[in-house]
Amino acid sequence: MGRFAAWVGYLIVLLGLPQLFDSVLAITILNQMAIAIVFALSYNMLLGQGGMLSFGHAVYFGLGGFMAVHALIMIEFETVYFSITLIPLVGGLIGLMAAIFIGSFSTHKAGTVFAMISLGIGELVAASSLIFVSFFGGEAGVSADRTFGPPFFGIEFFQDVEIYYLSAGWVFVSTVFMYLFTQTPAGRMANAVRDNPERAEFIGYSARRVRFISFCTSGFFAGVAGGLFALNYEFITEENLNAVTSGRVLLMAYIGGLGYFIGPIIGAVLLTLMNSLLSNYTELWMLYLGIMFVLTVLFLPRGFAGFIMMHQTAWLRGKLSSLIRPYLITGIPAIMFSGSILAAIEMLHHNGEPFGFLFLTLDSGSMLHWLGLTTVGAASYFACRRSIGQLKAAWEEANRVGDATEGGPG
Amino acid sequence: MKRPHRSTNFRIILRSLFAGLMLSLFSSISAQEPVRIAFIDPLSGTFASIGTSGLKQLQYAADELFNSKGGILGGRMIEIVPLDNKQSPTDTQIQFRRAVSEGLRIIFQGNSSAVANTLNSTISRHNRRNPGQEILQINYSAVDPILTNEQCSFWHFRFDAHAVMKLNVLTDYIAMNPEIKKIYIIGQDYSFGQVVSDTSIELLRGKRPDIEIVGNEFHPIGQVKDFTPYVTKIVSSDADAVITGNFGADMVSLARSIIDSGLDIPIYTFYAAYDGITATLGADGVDKIYLVHNDAGNPLPSEERLAYTRNFKRLNPNNDMTQFRITNALQMLVQAMEASQSTDPYDIALALEDMRFTNMSGEELWMRGGDHQIIQPLHISVHTDQNIVVDADNSGFGLYRDFSVPGEETVVDHSCRMRRPRR
Amino acid sequence: MLEVFVFSTLNGLVTGLLLFMLASGLTLIFSMMGVLNFAHASFYMLGAYFAYSISLKLGFWAGLLLAPLLVGTFGALVERYALRRVHAHGHVAELVFTFGLAFLIEEAVQFFWGADTKNYQSPDLLDFPLFTLFGQEFSAYRGFMITISVGIFLALYYVLTRSRIGIIIQAAITHPHTVANLGHNVPLIFMAVFGVGTALAGVAGVIAGPVLTTFPGMAVVLGSIVFVIVVIGGLGSLGGAFVASLMIGLLQSYAIASNLGMPDLLNLLGLEFSRDHPLNDLWTLTLPQIAPVLPFLLLVLVLIFRPTGLAGKREE
Repeated sequence: MGRFAAWVGYLIVLLGLPQLFDSVLAITILNQMAIAIVFALSYNMLLGQGGMLSFGHAVYFGLGGFMAVHALIMIEFETVYFSITLIPLVGGLIGLMAAIFIGSFSTHKAGTVFAMISLGIGELVAASSLIFVSFFGGEAGVSADRTFGPPFFGIEFFQDVEIYYLSAGWVFVSTVFMYLFTQTPAGRMANAVRDNPERAEFIGYSARRVRFISFCTSGFFAGVAGGLFALNYEFITEENLNAVTSGRVLLMAYIGGLGYFIGPIIGAVLLTLMNSLLSNYTELWMLYLGIMFVLTVLFLPRGFAGFIMMHQTAWLRGKLSSLIRPYLITGIPAIMFSGSILAAIEMLHHNGEPFGFLFLTLDSGSMLHWLGLTTVGAASYFACRRSIGQLKAAWEEANRVGDATEGGPG
Repeated sequence: MKRPHRSTNFRIILRSLFAGLMLSLFSSISAQEPVRIAFIDPLSGTFASIGTSGLKQLQYAADELFNSKGGILGGRMIEIVPLDNKQSPTDTQIQFRRAVSEGLRIIFQGNSSAVANTLNSTISRHNRRNPGQEILQINYSAVDPILTNEQCSFWHFRFDAHAVMKLNVLTDYIAMNPEIKKIYIIGQDYSFGQVVSDTSIELLRGKRPDIEIVGNEFHPIGQVKDFTPYVTKIVSSDADAVITGNFGADMVSLARSIIDSGLDIPIYTFYAAYDGITATLGADGVDKIYLVHNDAGNPLPSEERLAYTRNFKRLNPNNDMTQFRITNALQMLVQAMEASQSTDPYDIALALEDMRFTNMSGEELWMRGGDHQIIQPLHISVHTDQNIVVDADNSGFGLYRDFSVPGEETVVDHSCRMRRPRR
Repeated sequence: MLEVFVFSTLNGLVTGLLLFMLASGLTLIFSMMGVLNFAHASFYMLGAYFAYSISLKLGFWAGLLLAPLLVGTFGALVERYALRRVHAHGHVAELVFTFGLAFLIEEAVQFFWGADTKNYQSPDLLDFPLFTLFGQEFSAYRGFMITISVGIFLALYYVLTRSRIGIIIQAAITHPHTVANLGHNVPLIFMAVFGVGTALAGVAGVIAGPVLTTFPGMAVVLGSIVFVIVVIGGLGSLGGAFVASLMIGLLQSYAIASNLGMPDLLNLLGLEFSRDHPLNDLWTLTLPQIAPVLPFLLLVLVLIFRPTGLAGKREE
């Protein structure tokens, strides 16, 4: 019952967000998030559930997207004629076909060999996309117009918000299906093969077959994401196939949390926000992204979802509220410390010129500002360290049955 | 710590708000809204230095020429709103929507023809779907010819000579040199590189049929680490000169490899100066590197221009005035606004079409109405340290003008069939 | 024709040996710790940048001496305080960490030095042509690059197979617990090997910086090729890495030098396609066009048919 409520809640949030945030920019960001969510979830099927680290996942996203854009062009010139609501399916099918082809030789082994093959394939496809100009359009890519298809219940998709609702629909359906996959024998065996391929073989499953199935399904959904991209932006370029995009989805899935189904969704939302909003406030947003990624890998290996799930025991035992005060006592100095580090970095970057940082105006030429920053930084650091003890005690108290047990994948 | 400073949104908004407040307090007219212009180019990532440089030049032009003198259209300040597209077509779309969201109706963009093309299609679509809320595209640097031919648009204006026009001048210059008999063409394997190659071959065949093209090489952009193998081919082909449209790291590497191999032949380029390239080439590049460009190298053609450049340098010691065409564009844009007494893109576009303008260098500019392509004098300059008044990269080396062609002689026919909006 | 061949071979040799300097460090680290260090090329980049900054004040040779030390120290610190933590979470986490580290280092370099290309010059001492052949000069600096690379290979080989510390390291690769039981400080050995591996990358950076241009994208450009080499050569085999480096360096050089392509193949087969053919891009493909991606093609082929690489010992 709880699960069902979660799904309904998810649907309501997806459909309701544009009502709350209705500016053009907000709709753009929501559209971006939708695409990222499907993409990241598809990646998690490979990495989180299947244990296969891929550096070339953008290939399926990109190929799906390119075919989708070409399909839109064909609709415009009436070579074919079908509703554009089916375009993500076109993307998905191409992603699937590519995954079947590439998976046929790359899923024999997992681990480093698989990662390296995926890297090689990724680079090859990205390079080919610049060579085969007739399909890929060279570095300017291919563009199309989505308004020439048959109207869908009267909607012609001129407005971005209409595309958002379509995307939201696809996101919901994709999420449901990807979740259901984890509950099927194929999905469960993928987990088994990830953890212990030898044992899986002993009970009669071909590890290779299982990996191949995961790989193809993952490719399908990546292609769906590519199709959503095509509908939203009405164009696609080589950069949507390349290693940077592959790296980005890895970041999303990892920061969100690989071991949990909801992890990539969190990662996708977080990274989209950082990518589109943070960059408008600071030039150094990529540096901060890098720092955040490294810190997450070091200290939060289960991602943000993992961090949230760590509190499951405490929540089940009703002891969650006892953690609020300790968190505040340690958390506030921690935030201030991070803030002072960020301010210091920005000050170094702005080298003698006053700039706005949150609600203050800082100037790296001013000794007073540096002094203030160092004081705040040092003070908050020590406050943080001193108070860690009481946080630990409160944590142990709230989890007294033992270490927090995380929910399994799914 | 050596990155150039950049004003953030907050600071710009704060400043213009302050200016607006002051104006409204002291003027008898009601508070004036600033004229807001978006600047979409890479401000972070690998190409950040070029985008940031362009932003500073635009900001400087606005402040120095207009804001400090009381503004435009009866006291309105110009406000530049920077939007970082990280040189990515996808991010350009996002920043475009942000511009729409904030009510910005004029967009400056220049780096990367791929991005310019994307922006062009996006703007055309947007304008078609939202009549009355059109956006104007001021392209200050993307030189792919199709933007003013097959893909021309009423809402797009280009303020730099396109590749074919530049090649016309370059090939004239080469044709004047009787010692050049064999030419090697090498370029990045994409649309611009291919245009450079195809057009050079065609034009040279017409002007100097005795010149033999001994090599026509394409290499993937940004992938080649070491150009020595290519230089080996150039040497063994016995070429007397090299033509290339390369830019950025590719340009530096190529020039370095050619010079390091002891090959003493001229290299004709589009972009082999500034942004660290001049400093890297230094003494080795003297009298070897040539550029075709729209901005006169040394000596600067007028006192006013020299003072303008010097003042920019004073305010931004680590930047050079590398893209004077941004100033040209802003000046013509403002003239269009003043002439039509409007900031609506449709009115501005009509005023810009066929506009004639004499800039502070004394050059005559004409915005051709048929394809929205600017016609301006073009120059060939050489990398040297002799008689350099304004250098590049604070290196003591710079560009010295060797050959100039007045605007009328750079005209090239266009194939633009512009769809004009119905108003 | 001969001149093209000779110079292509020389160019390929220079590139191949440089790649080997990078690949050797990576192989060493992989043999020791089972970690494929994605950030290896980033240490290469740091080497170039440190050397650039040092050379501005103290000259190129000081940079050659000091920069690798700085990079090695930094590498050792990364191993001690970061990698060791992540090691407990498994190989995937390690790979992802080094991937994040590569990203972070690239951004940090842009923060500290700026995003433009740096004017890192080779030393004037070596600024003369070693010899001139067929009208093209081969600079002494490139000869210097070859010498250093070969010297490093010999030194590594000697240290690993003949010296005591080398034997201990080799033992620690296969039997870390036994070695620990014998009283050796295995974690210290790990840290030292990582430091040396990254220092090697740093040396490559110091030397290659003036030739391959010093800019923030230099790690990306070289990084994936180095992986290809290590994987093709066989994970964990120094000899394999050497052979693979030379092979890739020469292959790329020859591919660029030749003008062969699909048109020649089609001619041979007597086929011809019009320019409007949908697969025209394929029919006009030439070897120089695809030269930079040949290593990846090779990678995929090798991994399919011989996943342990040419001389692979240790499989992940």
